[in-house]
Amino acid sequence: MTMATATKRILLAHGGGGQLTDELVADLIRPDLDNPVLAALDDSCILPTGIGRVAFTTDSYVVQPLEFPGGDIGRLAVSGTVNDLAVSGATPLGLSLALIIEEGLEESTLKRIIASVAATCHEAGVNIVTGDTKVVARGQADGLYINTSGVGIISPDRQLGYDRVAPGDTVIISGSIADHGLAVMLQREQGESIKSALHSDVAPLNSLIDAVFQAAGDGVAFMRDPTRGGLAGVASDLAENSGLHLTLDESCIPVRPETLYAAEMLGLDPLDVANEGKVVIVVRPDKADRVIKALHGHTLGSRAAIIGELTGERDGLCELITDVGGRRIVQKPYGEELPRIC
Amino acid sequence: MNRTAARQRMTELCTELEQTAREVGRPLCFMEVCGTHTVSACRSGVHALMPDTVRLVSGPGCPVCVTAQRHIDALIRLGHIPDVILTTYGDMLRVTGSNGDSLQKARSEGADVRVVNSTMDAVDIAKANPTRQVVFASVGFETTAPASAVAVMAASACTLDNFTIMPAHKLVIPAMLALLQDPDIKVDGFLCPGHVSVIIGSDAYRPVVEQHRKPCVISGFEPLQIMQGVLQLVRQLKDDCPSIENLYPIAVTPAGNIHAQHALDRVFMPSDTPWRALATIPDSGLELRPEFARFDALTRFEITLGEDHEPPGCRCGEVITGKCLPDECRLFGNVCTPVNPIGPCMVSSEGSCQAWFKYRRRESSPDKRSTTEVKGHATHPAKIKATS
Repeated sequence: MTMATATKRILLAHGGGGQLTDELVADLIRPDLDNPVLAALDDSCILPTGIGRVAFTTDSYVVQPLEFPGGDIGRLAVSGTVNDLAVSGATPLGLSLALIIEEGLEESTLKRIIASVAATCHEAGVNIVTGDTKVVARGQADGLYINTSGVGIISPDRQLGYDRVAPGDTVIISGSIADHGLAVMLQREQGESIKSALHSDVAPLNSLIDAVFQAAGDGVAFMRDPTRGGLAGVASDLAENSGLHLTLDESCIPVRPETLYAAEMLGLDPLDVANEGKVVIVVRPDKADRVIKALHGHTLGSRAAIIGELTGERDGLCELITDVGGRRIVQKPYGEELPRIC
Repeated sequence: MNRTAARQRMTELCTELEQTAREVGRPLCFMEVCGTHTVSACRSGVHALMPDTVRLVSGPGCPVCVTAQRHIDALIRLGHIPDVILTTYGDMLRVTGSNGDSLQKARSEGADVRVVNSTMDAVDIAKANPTRQVVFASVGFETTAPASAVAVMAASACTLDNFTIMPAHKLVIPAMLALLQDPDIKVDGFLCPGHVSVIIGSDAYRPVVEQHRKPCVISGFEPLQIMQGVLQLVRQLKDDCPSIENLYPIAVTPAGNIHAQHALDRVFMPSDTPWRALATIPDSGLELRPEFARFDALTRFEITLGEDHEPPGCRCGEVITGKCLPDECRLFGNVCTPVNPIGPCMVSSEGSCQAWFKYRRRESSPDKRSTTEVKGHATHPAKIKATS
């Protein structure tokens, strides 16, 4: 255990969803808890039952500010858990909602966030079916933390996983990247000093994903929502865990100009920035056009695009052909996204 | 310019670069002085588009990488003083001092370390916390130094007595001239830093051209601008006519930003300063003028700078002087990675080693890589097949 010595402490960067988070889970959390279901470390675990496969997932939300352009912590919590179920191929059955509230939070804020939870549940066609509320003293939390868990049923014809990914498969993204991370970051870091037009993309994706399955059936091999760690995290994991070579074409990856400028200003790579309403889909090449057509027919997939392909070169690396025709590796981000000095 | 046109333009530039470099008839080596150029070039993959005979090496232009360990140590000590709020630009958090500690680690141990995007944010924190002492980590080149000067003037104007800075700024021109004194550094010209040049102006590079006959081209940070910059450097060599060429006229003027220079001159004066992994370079740093000395955190908190202890085997000093490529260091990618960095160039997001590891690792063979082997993987744009 490299983390376990007395002098080592948890860093903020351990929560960034990048390589340091992987290291934290691998070194400090997983060893004592390991079992075959947990070992997959997917967005949802899959529990075998007598009635079929059940997907189960949990996530905690600590975003600041609680309300940001395009969403809030409530919409984020519901969407995040619904999406973790949906990218596992599951249809959500119900969600739990646990609130940890800091003393002093304005009731009107809580009311708006719960209304947002309800509206997002309605959009996703799922209910909050159990919950918990705790209040802690001022200073012991940051306004409001939310944990949501979700349970879903996986239809027998939906089989997803790194082991189903094959050379020749096509990689698709459902829309523009980096909108959520940069919208929140600009709101948090710049406050009133910079006004931005950026909006988070946070949204429940289960109906979009249903449309993908209807279009391609068992031609869908793998899905993941590129949240913390961004597209770079999903793409590098996909290459590494499938053992194949993934080539992405930068000129095909949708990025809004305003998002690109914001990323450039802060010295961030849009590929590394979080999304909360996008899905990366790996599909057999003969089904790619049907999937794109299905995505374009949905309001949340209008900018979907084919962004790359997997090849049989078994180096486990993801490579990007850049806008100007250069080539470079796509690496999973390290941890905390830090704006540069100049 | 749309993406198709950009790709077409890059192909044209590459063809022209290859032809011009062939006419020069020898291997050429240029230094990109700025960390932002390093990252942009790696991120856009322009190295792989250059002919084998032209290579770009990094210079001492990553502000985090060149901050001496003794300054990092002092910042960590300041951060641990009760009631001090240490404010810093984000990418200073991870860089380690002489015993492996960092501001990130100090924060996890209870130090009140806050990331700011502007010096005036630090001043505002001081105003909002009158019972606390607010220290700003004043690092970086001529790009960030004027903002430090403005903060000090603002604090002085409103007699803010709980705000100080720890000055560790660096000046680019003295460093370039010091590099040119080193006979082991064989650089044919400089891709000059765009941001710094906005402040100091293109005329500031005159000594480099006039005393050392080295071509200087100021370029922006887009991949096409970088490639155009390299092409202009090669053209100057071909014509044997070294000069200062400004390809970034929208932002850079011959005289630079006079207001920023006045602010700098009013608050700071040149001083000898240590560069990480390099020597102390005369007049390459900035110290507060006597009338602003009360804003020096080292003086206020009576902190003496210590010694530097570079990690054994680390070649960061050679990497940032263009003497070796990152993957020629035996620690690179083995024990030194972005997750477990040994040297500063692997720590910083603008560091050459991190950029190489993150974007160019595929070019490095597991054996000791020579420059020739690295360039052997070069891919001409015509050979690249887009995936869709």
